[in-house]
Amino acid sequence: MIRKFLYSQKVAPYVFVLPFILVFLIFWVYPLGSSLGMSFQQIQLGQEAEWVGISNYDKLLGDGIFMKAVLNSAVYMVLTLVILIPLPMLFAVLINHKFMWGREFFKSSFFFPALTSVVVAGTIFRLMFGEMEGSLINSILGWFGIEPVKFLKGQVTGFIALLALAAWRWTGVNMLYFLSGLKNIPDEYYEAASIDGASSFQKFMKITMPLLKPTTIYVITISIYAGLAMFIESMMLWNGNNSPKNIGLTIVGYLYRQGIERNNLGYAAAVGIVLLAITMVINLSQLTLSGMFKKEE
Amino acid sequence: MNKEIWPRAALLIFFSVLCFFILVPFYAVTISSFKPGEELIRYGLNLRLDLSVMSLDNFIYLFTGSHSYFMWFFNSLLLTIVQVSLTLIVSATVAYGFAAYEFKGKNMLFICVLLIMMVPFEILLLPLYTLTYNIGLMNTYSAIVLPGIASAATIFFFRQYLRGVPSEIIQAGRVDGASEYGIYIRLILPVMKPSFAAMAILNGMNSWNNFLWPFMVLSDANKYTLPIGLKTLLTPYGNNYDLLIVGSFFSIIPIFVLFIAFQRYFIDGMTAGAVKG
Repeated sequence: MIRKFLYSQKVAPYVFVLPFILVFLIFWVYPLGSSLGMSFQQIQLGQEAEWVGISNYDKLLGDGIFMKAVLNSAVYMVLTLVILIPLPMLFAVLINHKFMWGREFFKSSFFFPALTSVVVAGTIFRLMFGEMEGSLINSILGWFGIEPVKFLKGQVTGFIALLALAAWRWTGVNMLYFLSGLKNIPDEYYEAASIDGASSFQKFMKITMPLLKPTTIYVITISIYAGLAMFIESMMLWNGNNSPKNIGLTIVGYLYRQGIERNNLGYAAAVGIVLLAITMVINLSQLTLSGMFKKEE
Repeated sequence: MNKEIWPRAALLIFFSVLCFFILVPFYAVTISSFKPGEELIRYGLNLRLDLSVMSLDNFIYLFTGSHSYFMWFFNSLLLTIVQVSLTLIVSATVAYGFAAYEFKGKNMLFICVLLIMMVPFEILLLPLYTLTYNIGLMNTYSAIVLPGIASAATIFFFRQYLRGVPSEIIQAGRVDGASEYGIYIRLILPVMKPSFAAMAILNGMNSWNNFLWPFMVLSDANKYTLPIGLKTLLTPYGNNYDLLIVGSFFSIIPIFVLFIAFQRYFIDGMTAGAVKG
């Protein structure tokens, strides 16, 4: 009887998706709910929680370090979008060109950096951007007669190091996404355009760009997420969660500092809820503006 | 042919220059792994090929010295294999449910999959931390594997892939009297092989390199994974560079081998599961 029930065509789909439902409820809905609850309380691990209303959020608004963290994360996200969308798209189009030699080799080498862990990549970049005269970047600057720069001590130079790390790790991945998008564009479109006498630039603007839109939206969505949630890159570059004057502090870094390092769980939960709100607002408006939801229906 | 040579050369030069920048850090790590740690502290990571200071000492220390590197290495290997196998099986099953059936609540559930892909996992760190603490999973690998076992991105990818699989296979299976689960296991899973290769690489990468959550959950040094272990070498005194650099160099190798071995499937698989409008 039970067997027959479980094996029926009506029940089988629920059996298939059951693991997702369980994971969703236990590891997403419940923690999100408890996070929301925690954000209205003052909690320390192993102690009695105390209900404090919206005072955590109130405090956040006047917290200059938190504002600095939000600004850092936002700037980082915007700059990664500016670098890591147009360039990989251009590289994908060029590498796909029929005159390209060694295409497979370049595709793989561009992907290599993504295979390294952030811990390893961050360490490599920290040492490359070291302040000694002999460290890689400074020795290159030295060839041009530029004095050694203390990269990780300054706001702008620190961000250059962060962005170099991001560009190094993600250019190849995003390029691969765009390449898979390009494969779905039929060659006939380009042939027809050639017959009509369209230039390469026109073909790119009128055929490639519009037809890459779904891929672009996907890449933008994951980049917004990754940019706003960045933490370990900064932690590795500055070898810890403390950068001079918080130049490398991100929202998640602040959440970690308050929650784990200072055991101030309620306040940290409020930071998390704010991050969630920011991410959702940006992503949902991005998806609405690009007409993604209309298409789904 | 002659007309083609210039654009060809231009493209080749352009990509070679880019490739140079991408490969430079690997080169720097590789040669630094042959240099003593003091050299690094004094001069930083650079490209100088100075045979007088280079030796195999670091590698000898890596393989014969008394440290925990290979324990971390095998912990990582074990965790990656277990995590990837479980995640792929569970996610593929869920994806099949979404791809092959119409059922009540399907759209709602699938929107949940998409939403999860947009929610930064990081905001769940604290509640997950307290949850793990409360149910006694602290310091276990289960705490690392379970939250990601039905991975949204993997489900999404597999569902995209399954859309390209003809539904006649399922119909034929039903006509032959196979059960719903028999169809999935005997007919669908074999067809999904290429997509498994692509997802194995992607999930393998993530798992092998996963840092933050394992770092929070694992407190027992005997359970440390490679990224956590390498991180512990980074002290403010910088006295562990001998092992750190050679260890970093060595940690990249397994995932490189995996990538090179499955590369063809990887790029094909990524393409098959590409986001379609």
